[in-house]
Amino acid sequence: MNDWPLWEVFVRAKGGMSHRHVGSVHAPDAGIAIRHARDTYTRRMEGVSLWVVPSASITASDPAEDGPMFDPAADKVYRHPTFYNIPDDIKHI
Amino acid sequence: MPSLPPIRPEDEAAARVRGDTGAFDAPVLEDEDSVRFDYLLRLGDDSLILGQRLGEWCGHAPSVEVDLSLANMGLDLIGQATFFLDYAGKVEGRGRDGDRLAFHRDVLDFRNCWLVEQPNGDFAQTMARQFLFSTWQKLLFEHLVGSRDELIAAVAAKAVKEVAYHEELSAEWVIRLGDGTDESRARMKEGLDWMWRFVPELFEMDEVAQEMAQRGIGADAAAFRPDYDRKVQSVLAQAGLEAPNDQRPILGGRRGHHGEHLGHLLAVMQFLPRTYPDATW
Repeated sequence: MNDWPLWEVFVRAKGGMSHRHVGSVHAPDAGIAIRHARDTYTRRMEGVSLWVVPSASITASDPAEDGPMFDPAADKVYRHPTFYNIPDDIKHI
Repeated sequence: MPSLPPIRPEDEAAARVRGDTGAFDAPVLEDEDSVRFDYLLRLGDDSLILGQRLGEWCGHAPSVEVDLSLANMGLDLIGQATFFLDYAGKVEGRGRDGDRLAFHRDVLDFRNCWLVEQPNGDFAQTMARQFLFSTWQKLLFEHLVGSRDELIAAVAAKAVKEVAYHEELSAEWVIRLGDGTDESRARMKEGLDWMWRFVPELFEMDEVAQEMAQRGIGADAAAFRPDYDRKVQSVLAQAGLEAPNDQRPILGGRRGHHGEHLGHLLAVMQFLPRTYPDATW
């Protein structure tokens, strides 16, 4: 239905894993959204737990500001653990 | 090719023994397998016919999500029908399997209740039918889990979870449509009005049902009528709807007496295997 709000769907594939975003469904309210998510995304045993979140509740970064948002991270190689040399006699790290 | 099966010598012999009751193909109550075959047809045909009805929505539902919900429920039901009808064929012992029973029987041989053959109507009517049926079917399967017949018990144990979901989903829609806009409320009310007269048949304990219950194979549906009424009343109350006035009950599906709708449903469902009997895909 065109007037039903959109809900983002998150599925936990199995116990111990985190919920992952899989897609979205239209539904009139949260209860039906869970059922639509079940019927749309878990009909082939894909999950053991579901979250639905109103898409309107998600605040997204602005694609027009991609440069200031993400480019500065590009030359900060020292933020990766692999940047550092580990002395050979250190075993457990 | 005629669609009616040929009358064989053994059919004529059975008819002679039965006399003039007009029910020569009724099960023989003293013969457990004869009664069990009839009972399995009831279980299988209920699921088969409602599964086919839900399949008619495919591509026509109000949204793609609802389309999937309806198709999922339909496939659950057809899965149940496959088990019950395959088993019925084994019990009958005449070499018919589930496909043969589903696609090569005529309307008078179907043993489903009237409720499941009712037309889809609009979405509200479909959900009214689903709620009234799934609420009953869940209670039925909960009882059949304890059946003395191990295969019936095993199928019921698997199916009861599927049906519990059908009941929940359809109850949610009864509540939302009943408690929604003026239009959705009017449509749900009309859907319930249409389906209400077919509810008493679900609880009719005729000779076959009684025989199966006494042998510990079937369930005593009359015993869970109060649970059914409580559930229906509770959902209607949440929906802000009154139960329709009791109407003259329509009975007879279990004896092969059906409405005008079932033949049309079968024509669509059976056309392909009857026209191309050896088709595979």
